[in-house]
Amino acid sequence: MTPRQRLWMFLIGMAGLAAFYLWGLAGLPSFGDYPGPYGDIINRIAVGQTKATGVVSAVNFEYRGFDTLGEEFILFIAATGVATVLRHLRGERVAEVRDEAAGRHAPPTSEAVRMVALILTGPTLVLGWYLASHAQTSPSGGFQGGVVLATAFILVYLAGRFLTFERISPVDIIDAVEAVGAGGFAAVGISAVVMGQAYLTNFLPLGTTPGAVSSSGTIALISFFVGVEVGAAFILIVSELLDQTLLLRPGSR
Amino acid sequence: MNPAHVLAVVTPYTVTPGLMDALQVTILVLVAAGATAVVLIRVPARQVIALSAYGLLLAVLFLAFQAPDVTLSELTVGSVALPILLLLTLAKVGRREK
Repeated sequence: MTPRQRLWMFLIGMAGLAAFYLWGLAGLPSFGDYPGPYGDIINRIAVGQTKATGVVSAVNFEYRGFDTLGEEFILFIAATGVATVLRHLRGERVAEVRDEAAGRHAPPTSEAVRMVALILTGPTLVLGWYLASHAQTSPSGGFQGGVVLATAFILVYLAGRFLTFERISPVDIIDAVEAVGAGGFAAVGISAVVMGQAYLTNFLPLGTTPGAVSSSGTIALISFFVGVEVGAAFILIVSELLDQTLLLRPGSR
Repeated sequence: MNPAHVLAVVTPYTVTPGLMDALQVTILVLVAAGATAVVLIRVPARQVIALSAYGLLLAVLFLAFQAPDVTLSELTVGSVALPILLLLTLAKVGRREK
């Protein structure tokens, strides 16, 4: 194909794309327009029905809790997959960790990075815990809280302490914690079945004050389990990858 | 607009509609510029840092469009989790190529 033919192909394709794109743009609903009835209905009834003021969490962990269970297991399977692919096989040779540029002096982690990481670790832990445990009251939830919790552990690594990072997150324990988080969500659902109600029915007392931390029954509980699962999964993925990548050099320990 | 969509709550933090429009337009332009920058930067390590900053911009965008839950998700995933995984991958791949 000559460049000239190619240009014509491109121009024809481009014209077609532009036509369809503009046609699509013309049919878009106006800015901020919301046609569906469900959002309005949820806005009206959610707080009264669930006693949760974090209505997004009420939708995630209650009205469509079954979908969220599936989403949670996507992450669980992803972490399991990483751990499976990167595991040590029997008879697999572990390459000797050697300094590939022996003569070169590895730059140590700068004091500034170390300092900032150390200062942020505590507040990050608290923030993650807050997010994972306050899904029922404010915009937050297990997913965000879990990742923030994991970030606190990564900050420990950034502070230049890989061995500390490994010691506080041994893979076996993290595996178990992840399973508890994922299983906990499913168990909450099954508990409702055991009591003769539909799967994931909110069987705990809802409390009387909307927006209280103790309100909303299983919403808070499920969010907590999701936080545990997501945090553990993320730590697992990062520590497996770190195992693979880590530049173990004298001085970086 | 359907009156059911208008929240008639006024707090000390309520922003006037005009200012909100200006904020939304500004952040939309910034997001467009950020996405272009991420694509144009060709050095992978720098691209990851740009991507992280772009994630931060997207988070502000979601906040300006009244989706604080999505803001939190975007902050954690877009500007922290994804860049960390990409940087780890780059470290691994870069070492093998040498």
